[in-house]
Amino acid sequence: MRLPTIALTLLLFAHAPAHAGKTLDQVRQKAQLACGVSTGVIGFSAADSQGRWNGMDVDICRAIAAAVLNDPGKVKYVPLNAQQRFTALQSGEIDLLSRNTTWTLTRDASLGLHFTAVTYYDGQGFLVPKKLKITGAKQLKNAEICVQSGTTTEKNLGDWFKAQGIKVKPVVFEKFEASIKAFFSGRCQAYTTDASALAFIRSKEAPNPDDYVVLPELISKEPLGPVVRRGDDEWFAIVKWVIFALIEAEEYGITQANLEQMKSSPDPAIQRLLGGAEDSGKLLGLERDWAARAVKAVGNYGEIFQRNVGKDSPLKLPRGANALWNKGGLLYAPPVR
Amino acid sequence: MPIAVAPAPTPAARWRNIGLQALIAGLLLALLWWLIDATATNMRERGIRSGFDFLLEPAGFGIGESLLPFDSTDSVLWALAAGLANTLRVALPAILISTLFGTLVGLGRLSPNLLLRKLCGAYVEALRNVPLLLQLLAWYFIVTDLLPAASEALQLAPHVFLSKSGLSLPWLGGDGGLLNLPQRGAMNISGGAAMTPEYLALLLGLSFYTAAYVAETVRAGIAAVPRGQSEAALALGLTRLQNFRLVLLPQALRGIIPPLTNQHLSLTKNASLAVAIGYPELVSVANTTLNQTGRAAECIALIMAVYLILSLLTAWLSAWLERRSGRWADRS
Ligand SMILES: N[C@@H](CCC(=O)N[C@@H](CS)C(=O)NCC(=O)O)C(=O)O
Repeated sequence: MRLPTIALTLLLFAHAPAHAGKTLDQVRQKAQLACGVSTGVIGFSAADSQGRWNGMDVDICRAIAAAVLNDPGKVKYVPLNAQQRFTALQSGEIDLLSRNTTWTLTRDASLGLHFTAVTYYDGQGFLVPKKLKITGAKQLKNAEICVQSGTTTEKNLGDWFKAQGIKVKPVVFEKFEASIKAFFSGRCQAYTTDASALAFIRSKEAPNPDDYVVLPELISKEPLGPVVRRGDDEWFAIVKWVIFALIEAEEYGITQANLEQMKSSPDPAIQRLLGGAEDSGKLLGLERDWAARAVKAVGNYGEIFQRNVGKDSPLKLPRGANALWNKGGLLYAPPVR
Repeated sequence: MPIAVAPAPTPAARWRNIGLQALIAGLLLALLWWLIDATATNMRERGIRSGFDFLLEPAGFGIGESLLPFDSTDSVLWALAAGLANTLRVALPAILISTLFGTLVGLGRLSPNLLLRKLCGAYVEALRNVPLLLQLLAWYFIVTDLLPAASEALQLAPHVFLSKSGLSLPWLGGDGGLLNLPQRGAMNISGGAAMTPEYLALLLGLSFYTAAYVAETVRAGIAAVPRGQSEAALALGLTRLQNFRLVLLPQALRGIIPPLTNQHLSLTKNASLAVAIGYPELVSVANTTLNQTGRAAECIALIMAVYLILSLLTAWLSAWLERRSGRWADRS
């Protein structure tokens, strides 16, 4: 943050009080959802050459816009770097922060924000040049490690190496771009961030991906998920339940393709989720087909995963911890009932 | 030089003046108080924690290079102090370099030699018209691209290495006795004192950028001394050098010092652009703190307070220098 922005931020805190319970009304009134995303992490949120946004985090924005506004296209994407993201949400510039953001106690309990649900279970890893012949993070003694500021990454780095009794030198950049550029120019012996992002950085940003490896160990837990402002329980519930609905849809085998057939399924749970026999939307302040609209827009959770980061994407990340609870993963949504 | 003295104000006018000033000061204070109060209230309503208690908690993050000994278990306050020390570590040498170099360029612009004059003019125009941030990034990526990888560091002299990790020199103290020598490690150079590429880029970028402004200040200051002064001095038989030292410079300094100290102050503030190229100065450390603790308003207030103190110190130093140079001018 530079000096002029500092004064602005102060003013921002001093201006109007929180608008409790009004997010849904505002979004409807503007007919647009302002969604905070990253400045470009492929697989999560990145704009293509035509300026269209793609990624898992982007699909969450689209799903919510579909549920609330009946149009997944009515989203305004606000690219934010690691440092800007919370201020943008606190100040009301965005209605929802959907940007590879780790749920931690400090963030949840002191920023005036609520984490809604986990959309990706991640962990922090290291990317190193192959020629250094490093096979584990413990060999990074005295290494210089490039990292972006304003992330949990920076503190995990301090914690983990402290616990190992190993000294390393962080080289901290404000902007993501500068940090990876410095790494690929050889300034640092390792780059560290969430493992999911490392996969993208290696395959898309490296001059030659084969010259780099992602080390096997993860040094932290990084549960990533969307965040909303405190003081608006109605909106908090909507975001949470749209995500749960996407996960439930996968559990019940409802996909973008079979959605219409599923609407006539005899299964009461599916009827409830898709707004057939019962109106589950009423309780959230939404129309009865809220969940069906979300699935229609982006598919179920599994489809979102495979399309953006999984087997149908260039990143080819395994489902791993992000498989459903009954398939050996951690995804477990409370029932839409 | 004769000094114009304003007529003394009448007692009534003096009181009016004092009253007006007190009113303005009072209004400003009230505004400040309102701002702080509104901020605190709003933050409380939005569930944002506030307070300065975090300053004494362990920082938890590392600082890559630090003049002060720093470990991630040290307090946040100490981390900020290390950041401030790093700011001064780059600002003070940059002030020195920019002043010396800028003065030379400024004199060059007044030189009778056409080529030199044009060259210096081009330097000033080029450096002043490209945003500093771009210059810093350019310096940084030139430095890191050109230097050899840390595993293949150039050895310039025994225990002096140059690589993408920077310039490593032997230094006092450290883990093993009196002298701390840089060593080749498996991956890079460790030990000794290092001037990292971040530091070097910032030092060069700030110095050369500010030098352009210093050059203009010096040129303008000298050009502002009436021509008659030099003509008289030369007519009295002073050499050109004597004329410069005894007649031109003392008079020019009065016009040069105030804007010059302003340049020094801008330089110190511009050092905060280091966040773009990874040098851990005050604003960079405060940013990290802000993000780890979530105490945005507090960290920002702290940064503002530190820069305010630096500004006041500089202003005070400038006033002192001005008085001194005034005396010098009166004496000669
Ligand atoms: N999950 C971590 C790290 C998230 C993060 O900001 N990662 C960086 C490095 S991959 C990033 O997304 N940068 C992109 C940007 O700043 O736009 C957190 O919440 O702090």
